[in-house]
Amino acid sequence: MSLSSPAVQPAAGPGARRSSAGLLQAWLPKLVLAPSIAISLFFVYGFMLWTFILSLTSSRMLPSYEFVGFAQYARLMVNDRWWVASTNLVVFGGLFVAICLALGLVLAILLDQRIRQEGALRTLYLYPMALSFIVTGVVWKWLLNPGLGIQAMVRSWGFESFRFDWIIDPDMAVYTLVIAAVWQASGFVMALFLAGLRGIDDSILKAAQLDGASLPRIYWRVVIPCLRPVVFSAVMILSHIAIKSFDLVVALTNGGPGYASDLPATFMYAHAFTRAQIGLGSASAMLMLGGVLAILIPYLYSELRSRRHG
Amino acid sequence: MDNVIRRRTFGARIARFSLYAVLIVAALFYLLPLAVMLITSVKPMAEITPGTLLSLPQDPTLAPWVKAWGEACTGMRCEGVGVYFFNSIAIVVPAVLISTTIGALNGYALTKWRFKGSELLFALMLFGCFIPFQVVLLPMAQTLGWLGLSSSRAGLILVHVIFGIAFTTLFFRNFYVAVPTELISAAKLDGAGFFRIFWRILLPVSAPIIVVSVIWQFTQIWNDFLFGVAFSAHDTQPVTVALNNLVNTSTGAREYNVDMAAAMIAALPTLVVYVLAGKYFVRGLTAGSVKG
Amino acid sequence: MAALEINNVCKDFGSEQVLKDVSLAIDSGEFLILVGPSGCGKSTLMNAIAGLEPVTSGEIRIAGEEVTWQTPAERDIAMVFQSYALYPSMTVRQNISFGLEMRKVPKAEREAAVERVADLLQISHLLERKPSQLSGGQRQRVAMGRALAREPKVYLFDEPLSNLDAKLRVDMRTEIKKLHQRLGTTIVYVTHDQIEAMTLADCIAVMRDGRILQLGSPDEVYNNPVDIFVAGFMGSPSMNFIAATLEEQAGEYLLRIETPYEPSLALPWPRERATAAMAERVGKPVILGLRPEHFAEDDARLGEFSEGVLLTPRITVVEPTGADILLQLQLGEGEATARVGPKCRVAAGERLALRIDMARAVLFDSETEKRLA
Repeated sequence: MSLSSPAVQPAAGPGARRSSAGLLQAWLPKLVLAPSIAISLFFVYGFMLWTFILSLTSSRMLPSYEFVGFAQYARLMVNDRWWVASTNLVVFGGLFVAICLALGLVLAILLDQRIRQEGALRTLYLYPMALSFIVTGVVWKWLLNPGLGIQAMVRSWGFESFRFDWIIDPDMAVYTLVIAAVWQASGFVMALFLAGLRGIDDSILKAAQLDGASLPRIYWRVVIPCLRPVVFSAVMILSHIAIKSFDLVVALTNGGPGYASDLPATFMYAHAFTRAQIGLGSASAMLMLGGVLAILIPYLYSELRSRRHG
Repeated sequence: MDNVIRRRTFGARIARFSLYAVLIVAALFYLLPLAVMLITSVKPMAEITPGTLLSLPQDPTLAPWVKAWGEACTGMRCEGVGVYFFNSIAIVVPAVLISTTIGALNGYALTKWRFKGSELLFALMLFGCFIPFQVVLLPMAQTLGWLGLSSSRAGLILVHVIFGIAFTTLFFRNFYVAVPTELISAAKLDGAGFFRIFWRILLPVSAPIIVVSVIWQFTQIWNDFLFGVAFSAHDTQPVTVALNNLVNTSTGAREYNVDMAAAMIAALPTLVVYVLAGKYFVRGLTAGSVKG
Repeated sequence: MAALEINNVCKDFGSEQVLKDVSLAIDSGEFLILVGPSGCGKSTLMNAIAGLEPVTSGEIRIAGEEVTWQTPAERDIAMVFQSYALYPSMTVRQNISFGLEMRKVPKAEREAAVERVADLLQISHLLERKPSQLSGGQRQRVAMGRALAREPKVYLFDEPLSNLDAKLRVDMRTEIKKLHQRLGTTIVYVTHDQIEAMTLADCIAVMRDGRILQLGSPDEVYNNPVDIFVAGFMGSPSMNFIAATLEEQAGEYLLRIETPYEPSLALPWPRERATAAMAERVGKPVILGLRPEHFAEDDARLGEFSEGVLLTPRITVVEPTGADILLQLQLGEGEATARVGPKCRVAAGERLALRIDMARAVLFDSETEKRLA
């Protein structure tokens, strides 16, 4: 054994002396990833850019590349249907997120009280999430049909003046979207919260009990604050669902009556694919992307920050 | 809250009772649409207009199911949703298998063969999970045209694979991150290479995440409507599109029982998967959210 | 020819230097232990030898051949991991034979190797089990078996015992030592446990901050540490460090130790152990290093400590360990630990006559922390 040795010349770069097996091993992972990266660059980033370019053109039936600057965006800003769709999104998104959170939290807390048949109940609450929004839309369209659905059923029980005809009421149609979407997604929020509750350290609760706190107080002061990250993720996922909502609107109200229950997603599809307004449709798609980014970026930022601190 | 000690006072019993009452009412709220769908789908039309939602069928019949499967009109054609059901299967199966395979390899390469910039590449791909697909619809339509895949099942498979790998990569990456890297080091020293390590060491322990990924992709693709309606023609459309057409076809009288039977047909595969493997379904849903 | 040679190896992670110009060489059949606190670079060095992490510069040779840029598989080494890293989907038998299979060893030979190793490690009855069905100690054996099945040029052990409980750890330590004596394998062994290092090694490399501070036999490292860090790291309870001032009186060196309430102590430094380096430190602060066993009860080992200096410090804590007694005592401005025989009768608060064996004491420069004498 010896500590000192004659100084050797500095090693040459990795590539120079690596064996062929070594080179292959170094490159294989990159080769495996390359197609996915290329796909992502082209089909996600490339297409976003492409759509942005289209949004700057006067494209109608077919994409043309006659640039008109931000004229399509300007048209959008004065388009009444776009404003209806955007306002609807705010109403729909806000209510959808708020109700799902409240319902999901309440159900999760109730289910967390050593309930018999908890598994069965959980399964029931969550199954709508496995359905297509189209199926959800078709079913709720039937339930909300004033002549044959819930209104007719309640009237047949003797409440002759009962009215529940939101689906044909231009002012209320957007709320039917909220009902159906909440029905579909609130069980999922419940599952998120339940997982969060189960993850809370039991000894914290025992400590709170020893401190003499009552059960509601323990929940309010100790448990719910622990669920903050879950709330955060849930808001994130739900608002994402809300912005992308397309199928549900198509199946439930088809944007109607008129365009009273349009959302940006249906607006975009209608203009880009059926009304031969590709330029305008692209501009609306870019604004949707902007909306998602406005939610996503603060989320990712805080996520990264907490990870760095944690 | 398992360790809360409760004194069984009268008040506590009332509380317990109301707790169950609330939970059961909630269960009814979630169950009602499915029940109505099922009941309506086996009623003859003659019972629907005079009856109400929950009145049980006097004369149950499977005729609406038969009609929905093989005869009902979806747009111009009247051949039921059966053919489209098989369209969906023909699209879903390859798309799920391909996207899961690619996701597994990506997750493996990203976690166990890290290189400079691999985290950045992952972030780059992850972004694909979050974009609203409206921003890719128009360029995709044109690209599929160039590739000669417009309105074809192959085109839809391609689209679903492209936008599915972000999710499958996320699943597998998060799973493989927790597999000790020393396992891979040991296999390297034993003389195994990239694919051999994947095949012999990682794949045998990946069963849970494969199930999660397959179920997630299956439900996503089966339930897809946007890509289906945008990129398929009449003979290649998936069952969700066919269902929507069926419900909105305005020829002849509305047959609500057939609509409901068709909705049941479109919903059954994902429902069955959910009932059989609900645990994995939930894990997929929460995978990207709770644990990041 | 050296079995393993590391020449001027450096490793950077970004701007951070994890290995700084590390060089060492060991002969075939030697047992080298890399020891040091966590973050000292010992595991990185191990991974560099294994080829799991590329080095930034320098060269690694195994049995004379340069392997710096070879893949782990090409280097012909085997490794036992801290977490054992047993393949969870394979049985013990498959775990042990996997490496042979990858090297295309014929099936019959593989079987023979598995039997041989299973015999050696007494795990024959476990061969058909999965790792999840094994206890911690059994897993450890299987991990060793996996390494021993092949006959590689070098074995690497990465803290292999740190996940075992205390008793099992001692047993396995002995067993590893026996195996090494029997098989004469070349082993590089990483640990942060200095007792493991002392008991197992032919040769210890003490590392800190990416450098090897001292490379030598256990005896050398223990009795002739190059600096305060090595001295303090090896040995338990660790060496006492006492601030003193070096004085010279009539050609004799004295260590003056200030004590708060009493006249200062003056310990004579043995004349034959004086070094040239000491001359430059006269009148300046130095640090005296005394191991607990350098103290002895005045009457117990009187003859043994021929140059012993007699002190009567006040004892503050008495800690019997069974085999001996550890005493905390006031010395200078701080406290020191002494190890005395189990029969010593002394209570906290009393004074005890102790001798210090100045022939084995060590002296450090208090600024550079390097050894003076």
